[in-house]
Amino acid sequence: MANYLIKRILMLVPLLLGITLITFTVIHLAPGEPVEMATAMSPKASAATRARLREFYGLDKPLHVQYGMWLSNLSRLDFGRSFAPDNRPVLDKIKERIPITISLNVIALILEFGLALPIGIMAAVHRDTLLDRAISVFVFVGFAVPTFWLALLCMYLFGVKLGWLPISGIHSLGSDQWSFFWRSADLARHLVLPVSIATFGSLAGLSRYMRSTMIEVLSQDYITTARAKGVRERVVIYRHALKNALLPVITLLGFSLPALIGGSVIFETIFSIPGMGQLFYQGVMARDYPLVMGILVIGACLTLIGNLLADLCYALADPRIRHGRG
Amino acid sequence: MSLARTVCLLVLLFLTACGKDAPWNKAQGQGGSQFVTGSIGEPSNLIPILASDSSSSDISGLVYNGLVRYDKNLKLEGDLAESWEVSPDGLKITFHLRRGVKWHDGHDFTSRDVLYTYRVTVDPKTPTAYAEDFKQVQSAQAPDPYTFRVTYAKPFAPALASWGMPILPAHLLEGKDITKSALSRNPVGTGPYIFKEWVPGQRLVLEAYPKYWEGAPHLARYVYRIIPDNSTMYMELKAGGVDMMGLSPVQYQRQTTREEFLARFNKYRYPASAYTYLGYNLRLPMFQDVRVRRAITCAINKEEIIQGVLLGMGQIAHGPYKPGTWAYKSKVDNDPGYDPERAKELLQEAGYHMGAGGILEKDGKPLSFTIMTNQGNDQRLKCAQIIQMRLKKVGIDVKIRVMEWASFLTNFIDKGKFEAVLLGWTISQDPDLYDVWHSSKTGPKELNFIHYLNPELDRLIVEGRGTFDMAKRRDCYYKIQEILAKDQPYTFLYVPDALPVVTSRIKGIEPAPAGIMHNFIKWYVEQ
Repeated sequence: MANYLIKRILMLVPLLLGITLITFTVIHLAPGEPVEMATAMSPKASAATRARLREFYGLDKPLHVQYGMWLSNLSRLDFGRSFAPDNRPVLDKIKERIPITISLNVIALILEFGLALPIGIMAAVHRDTLLDRAISVFVFVGFAVPTFWLALLCMYLFGVKLGWLPISGIHSLGSDQWSFFWRSADLARHLVLPVSIATFGSLAGLSRYMRSTMIEVLSQDYITTARAKGVRERVVIYRHALKNALLPVITLLGFSLPALIGGSVIFETIFSIPGMGQLFYQGVMARDYPLVMGILVIGACLTLIGNLLADLCYALADPRIRHGRG
Repeated sequence: MSLARTVCLLVLLFLTACGKDAPWNKAQGQGGSQFVTGSIGEPSNLIPILASDSSSSDISGLVYNGLVRYDKNLKLEGDLAESWEVSPDGLKITFHLRRGVKWHDGHDFTSRDVLYTYRVTVDPKTPTAYAEDFKQVQSAQAPDPYTFRVTYAKPFAPALASWGMPILPAHLLEGKDITKSALSRNPVGTGPYIFKEWVPGQRLVLEAYPKYWEGAPHLARYVYRIIPDNSTMYMELKAGGVDMMGLSPVQYQRQTTREEFLARFNKYRYPASAYTYLGYNLRLPMFQDVRVRRAITCAINKEEIIQGVLLGMGQIAHGPYKPGTWAYKSKVDNDPGYDPERAKELLQEAGYHMGAGGILEKDGKPLSFTIMTNQGNDQRLKCAQIIQMRLKKVGIDVKIRVMEWASFLTNFIDKGKFEAVLLGWTISQDPDLYDVWHSSKTGPKELNFIHYLNPELDRLIVEGRGTFDMAKRRDCYYKIQEILAKDQPYTFLYVPDALPVVTSRIKGIEPAPAGIMHNFIKWYVEQ
């Protein structure tokens, strides 16, 4: 197992390098430079100003030199300074935004798995009944309705009309003066709408996946045998079938890891949540190369770690994989 | 903790939170003398010379002062400068600074601060987009703490307005690297509001400066909330989460007309400092013929565009100035006006005749071009569609192409690879047109990208910026408007209206040519 782990971790290094090289090239291939985005169509910016700004950001150097410099900084865990006019360290900007995105997505992920798995199991167990169909309609509505539209409707109903929930942001104004309890309650109130909508929107995919794997497992011979031996239906489903049906879901969980920090641009924009999705979007629009690269590198690391964890879980579950005979 | 217990706890927390004792219930509807405004964008840097976005300047405008500023009628008046004189030859400006002004940290404001601001702006190491106007300065001196003098190589009329640039505190910045200064997130100014906090992605908070030289502002706190989505901001406005925002024409005309809304809010409407235009690539033979350009203008019904796109919330533009300002000529004799029959005649004079499919032709080539505009601006796209429809009626085939901003600039504008563009300019308070219209500004990445070359216009622009005599300047700009109307290098389309809405809790708002924000420190809440 240790050998397998070391081999897998060593393989991550060239993979990560490859990813950074490709993303670096792709971002620089996109039309428009940060300097241009900031000074385009501005009567106050002359060619000399642009040249001065390009020099300041090191954009006057050849691309491979820029990449080399970026990489050598990265090896010291220095993500560089943002090209936005604030010129702040990229890491500071990410640190500010990451907690909220992670908490929001973790809550949504827990709810999503917590709801989708039982829904999927229920649909599989009661396959082709009215309940199954009702569930299908429900989850597909969530899948089909544009989330931004649903979000706006809910904001209007619960925020403007009924006045029950805050519409946007994550804290009320002046909440820094309140006690810890009220501050937490305030945060929870602010998260109700975004989390519910995020969860509702992604319920369909996961629950349908759970349903199909469950149906597949339930048609296996050992389940038939168990039933034939008179094992109670509850035990058949929750002890024998579920354990096997959950295995492929581990992969999905692994894939969900990068989404935890990526956040969602649409969500964060509609609900004015100062998260990573919003930061990334702003970074891309301003061609803020160091910021975009920083977020991408963290995202890539998490994807790789997610894959690694999923593979490790598989390897633990199935010895053939770790011995290379899979 | 098990999942069930966490969920129970959250539900409990939520139920308690809905109770009447919750602090947000107490706070609601009692904004006090706190003023909350919403903005789509977040400021980038609060050292004004390092930022060029409007959010940064919204905040800087309240934290800092310049030497001069525009009053409510858009005339220059003293701000940190009590008075100034321009030498008879127009080369020297001497500012007499206000005494007793203090920085928010208690230091005295003096001419040293002005000199520092000038020096750091023109310093090649400072990454600023604002050095150009200051580079015209030949020398700058601070003979005593309350006098500041600048000398120019030749008279430069926009110079005075350029001293509206916010003045930075020398005692905090001198000898330090301005790009790494803490002031970029924590500014110290002389303005009516003191910076309090900045919660990234959420809000900035300012507090009234009790010792402000004009008197303390009436509104005790100014909160600048960052709400990146316009629909969300509108809902926040209705729910009482923000006190002011700019409405879109649809919101102004259709969604905010109910009595219930009008009882809670006051809507304002006045011309914005911007115009939208259709610009032609004058390097193309098709557009080199002035008759074709005039014909296009004649064929376009600008009033219809204003009704269709802005729901009437704007006015026809004839030239590059805002109606009502001192350089604006209200009646331009050469303006073609809407006249489709005249358009047809002009095109015929230019040698075009009707070809197959109802499209005009000359030498076997159809009169056809593409209007390019940027993505994300629905008004411009609609405008292009109306133009397309109108031009089709006189036999001109128009295609529309919408592009992402960066590739639009890099791949098409900068390379001169466009036929016509539908874009807009902000109108600066000083009427100098050098950057956009002078023939020396046709180089790569410069603003005269349509390549309009007119020696007479060049002469008038240079003459206009070379004198401080308002009457002479006005004369130049009136002539310029006639030339532009005659030549139609752009078809100037419209000047949209600014449509701010403010909660009726706030009193003391006085709409003027400068908008509503000019007397912000006098706004108050009725007790």
